[in-house]
Amino acid sequence: MTVQTLPEFPVKKGEPAYKVWIFEPGWKGEIPLNFNLRQLAEQKRPVLLPGHRLCAGCTAPLVVKLASFALRGPTIFVNATGCLEVASTIFPYTSWAAPWIHVAFENAAAVAGGVESAIKALKKTGRLPYDHVDVIVFAGDGGTFDIGFQALSGMAERGHDVLYILYDNEAYMNTGIQRSGGTPQFASTTTSPAGEVIPGKTQAKKPIADIMVAHRIPYVATATPAHWMDFMKKVRRGLEVNGPAFIHALSDCNRGWRHETDISVEIMRRAVDTCYFPLWEWTPEQGYMLTDRSLAIARNPALKQPIEKYIEVQGRFRHLLKPENKELLKQFQEYVDKVWEDLLRRASNAPK
Amino acid sequence: MEKTVFKPKIPIEKQVLTTANGDEAVAYAVKQSYVDVVAAYPITPQTIIVEKYSEFVNDGLVHTEFIPVESEHSAMSACVGAAAAGARAFTATSSQGLALMVEIVYIASALRLPIVMAVVNRALSAPINIHNDHSDAYLMRDSGWIQLFVENVQETYDTTIQAFKIAEDPRVQLPVAVNLDGFFLSHTLENFYMLPDDTVYEFLGGPRKLVNVKVDYFSEEVPLVLNPARPLTFGSLDLYDYYFEHKVQQVEAMKNVPPVVREINEEWYKLTGRRYGDGVVDAYGVEDADIVIVAMGSGAGTIRSVVKKLREKGEKIGLLKIRMFRPFPYSDIAEILSGAKIVAVMDKAIGPGSFGALYEDIAVSLYDLDERPLLLDYIYGLGGRDLPPSLVYRMIEEVKKDLESKSVERKIRYLGVRE
Repeated sequence: MTVQTLPEFPVKKGEPAYKVWIFEPGWKGEIPLNFNLRQLAEQKRPVLLPGHRLCAGCTAPLVVKLASFALRGPTIFVNATGCLEVASTIFPYTSWAAPWIHVAFENAAAVAGGVESAIKALKKTGRLPYDHVDVIVFAGDGGTFDIGFQALSGMAERGHDVLYILYDNEAYMNTGIQRSGGTPQFASTTTSPAGEVIPGKTQAKKPIADIMVAHRIPYVATATPAHWMDFMKKVRRGLEVNGPAFIHALSDCNRGWRHETDISVEIMRRAVDTCYFPLWEWTPEQGYMLTDRSLAIARNPALKQPIEKYIEVQGRFRHLLKPENKELLKQFQEYVDKVWEDLLRRASNAPK
Repeated sequence: MEKTVFKPKIPIEKQVLTTANGDEAVAYAVKQSYVDVVAAYPITPQTIIVEKYSEFVNDGLVHTEFIPVESEHSAMSACVGAAAAGARAFTATSSQGLALMVEIVYIASALRLPIVMAVVNRALSAPINIHNDHSDAYLMRDSGWIQLFVENVQETYDTTIQAFKIAEDPRVQLPVAVNLDGFFLSHTLENFYMLPDDTVYEFLGGPRKLVNVKVDYFSEEVPLVLNPARPLTFGSLDLYDYYFEHKVQQVEAMKNVPPVVREINEEWYKLTGRRYGDGVVDAYGVEDADIVIVAMGSGAGTIRSVVKKLREKGEKIGLLKIRMFRPFPYSDIAEILSGAKIVAVMDKAIGPGSFGALYEDIAVSLYDLDERPLLLDYIYGLGGRDLPPSLVYRMIEEVKKDLESKSVERKIRYLGVRE
């Protein structure tokens, strides 16, 4: 394997320190032909540098790294409190090769709104040394579905030019796996344990991406780092629209989902294959559009896997596989099918 | 020796005499201060500030980006983001709004962001009350913000402009809260003198200037801002091995504040001919006084007029107005009050189960004196209750009796409350 060469610091005055994006400014959507994931890992430098302290098998860093490969120029990152924040910036160290700010758990969207407004004001008075600076938020499901939802909704309503990337590991993993508004039904967490009477979380997952669609912002998408090219393209589209964009990325947590560290990406692939987490994007002009694997499943329903394929590898759903819980498993399958069929009805590129 | 008459750089005839209420005065001051980002959520009695400012924005009189946020929590968050990105940021709030944003208020000062906030003081719920007292200011007392209290509309205007200069001073780099009493100042029309726009611009030194910091990673000093060319990490996780040191640094920065406030007060005097004591405290007739009343905010104005009348009659009474509540000028106060026989502290808020916060600070200031004056705590004006001069006279009569008997029986007294 060739050695990765990192750009030397400090870089030239006025130039961003992390000139790493694969799609050069002005990229119009065509994918370079001679391009694969290995080349990407070896030749490009993500904004999240090695040495962070996220768990082995965590996909949050994949979300950040893949997103950073799709940058189009100088970018400021805003992070909500969570695993990603505490593990990547333990003072006096930082893994971020980009300007980065964390303020609190629930206000990442509001902080990003402030940063974006400052950029506008500085530009208006000729004090911004760049043509444009992008603002990207990374926040977990707790800081997005629950406590941070008000700030997110406010930011979307006011139309700040911010890309908000939710990495959804489906529980409060940073504090020790407590249920959140993003935890799926029947999942066992430390505050919704699968007990003798109540089998895990009783409520369904909040449809956050659909809620963001209802805000009529310019761009909403779902993604997983397992479908990496799809994800990077969506990030780039999210940056290029003029106004708020929201990407809901599923992000595995092997500690909370209870599985070995080497199958994280495989599990996210299965989430899409079982239609538990369909891949789509939404724009006000085109409406819902299925992408990548989900589009393939829509065209060929035989590719759709039963939900067992997704849950059988995760300890948090272990109780569903017991014979006495057959009924619950059926309920889960029905719920997934219903959501998927609903999406097929709405998606403009799904075969009718 | 020939006495030279002091002439300010912008004499009074070159200043514009305007009539406005305190809230509008804040808005005018912010308008002239070349502010880049204003984020605010309406709350009585602060609303006029942002209403007026929105007019400036929508009439194209300022370059400011106005963020009409969905809560005060987001207002302060947006200001933190904007200030970290290099902008001059301002917000205004009151009471419950301040209570909601207080989490981020602490973060703003710990990240050393020079934000200015107008706090239009109002009582905290419950029972819900929209009128003035200082319980909201006491709520953010330990947040690491510089807290200035103003007495009238003119001081509100002057202090708001000074606040930007204090906050952005390289020795300080801390946020400043300008406290003005709700309704008593915020909604009361008064005449005041406004400076020409370019004078304020010059006084502040133009747009916000960034400070440089030394970071191990870079071979040069880099500006303390979210800068893609010299990326810095703001708000990292600090465990037990650094948190303590960082908190102590905040305290060290606070130590630089009084000299800076005094300097800027003097500079303002040379520019406009107006100054407020030494900027930190404003002592009136305390040199020879036996009785000294300590107060903050608009109440000091009422007390000042009473004290003035009594002094004309030859009574030895003085007023000590605290202009800078945080950092608290302990040693200055000890010096000023060392000659007094009895000190009555006026607190416009109370923590149930303790004394008023101002009383506690004054008591701490006096503790190390060899001969301590008698000290008592008057709680007044809660929930907007009026402080008429007659009440101040009555209080002074009571204090005189204490002075005669040389003892204070009830330490805490309520002024103007029905028994």
